[in-house]
Amino acid sequence: MTENSEAVPRDAAFWAAKIDRLQVSDPTEPHGYNIQGKRVAGPMNGFGRLWQRTYTADLGTAITPAALVADWRAHFGRYWPRMGRFHGSVSAIQPGDVTALTAGGVTTGIMVLYADDTSFTFLTPEGHMFAAMITFSAESDAGGRTTAQIRMLLRCSDPLFETMWPLARRGEDVFWPGVLRNLAAAHGVDEVEVREETVCVDRRRLWANWTNVRHNAGIRTFAHALSAPFRPRRTGATV
Amino acid sequence: MAPAAHMEVTYPAPGTAAIAISGDVTAACEDDLMAAHERASDGGAKLVVLDFSQMEYMNSGGIGMLVTLLVRGQRRQQRIAAVGLTEHYRQIFELTRLDEAIVLHDDTASAIRALSTQGA
Repeated sequence: MTENSEAVPRDAAFWAAKIDRLQVSDPTEPHGYNIQGKRVAGPMNGFGRLWQRTYTADLGTAITPAALVADWRAHFGRYWPRMGRFHGSVSAIQPGDVTALTAGGVTTGIMVLYADDTSFTFLTPEGHMFAAMITFSAESDAGGRTTAQIRMLLRCSDPLFETMWPLARRGEDVFWPGVLRNLAAAHGVDEVEVREETVCVDRRRLWANWTNVRHNAGIRTFAHALSAPFRPRRTGATV
Repeated sequence: MAPAAHMEVTYPAPGTAAIAISGDVTAACEDDLMAAHERASDGGAKLVVLDFSQMEYMNSGGIGMLVTLLVRGQRRQQRIAAVGLTEHYRQIFELTRLDEAIVLHDDTASAIRALSTQGA
């Protein structure tokens, strides 16, 4: 093996470091109970059909792709519609960050797999509704118009979530366009049109992964809420 | 503008096709990779070896593209192997758990040997 073959690649700083189990970035965050110690679950680790879903919005010439993504990374949770809550307390999205989120009443999380100047990508943990890779990006065309895009490659994680897919899909079609509209409005673009495209990449269900149901974040969130009166109260940070 | 990736298809053994991928692997080269996979599959290959030894850069779009390629391969009952990955890219395959579906080997010869052993 030559020294050259192990030279630092150009993309090295953009990727999360390899880990086996997720550790919540902020240990004081109380919503990390469905992520801590879990593994990530990419699109090949889920159960349901594999979908590629893309939402795009033309933001015009007001902002460059790099400036847009820098702002998106710095204020990611601020652009979420009220139906979801991103519990990130870190100052900006960085590769390797592990953060809790609540959507549709279910508490789960994400890991930042990749982040560069014009894109960043999340992987979901075991138990999330979707075994997914979600990429947020911006690019400009020859005329200098910037397009913001959210693209996800996802399978429902387990048979229970798969039965809820028609409902979840409609929820996604409200949530992610809402994110793009909030992002656009923050940069002075009102009444933005969000385009959506869905492709079924694989119609098969991965029955070998039906046991993912043991990680189901919906069930675990419900159990966590039920057991709340019996848990010791958190007393906050100590000096 | 990032330099484009280049794909070269060869047939190193009966039932085996290899796709040598060089340059920058991003979602922008999806059409090229899928076309290379079509050429690789035309001869009825049951093992497709992806040779990354000349890859210079990959972003998360490249990983998404490999997931799509994997699904296409599985539809054709193909096994997909990856060779020539540096430690950096090997760790990305492990982090994303792609290594559970795409078998990693040091080189094409060992990938072919492993498949023939398993097939025996």
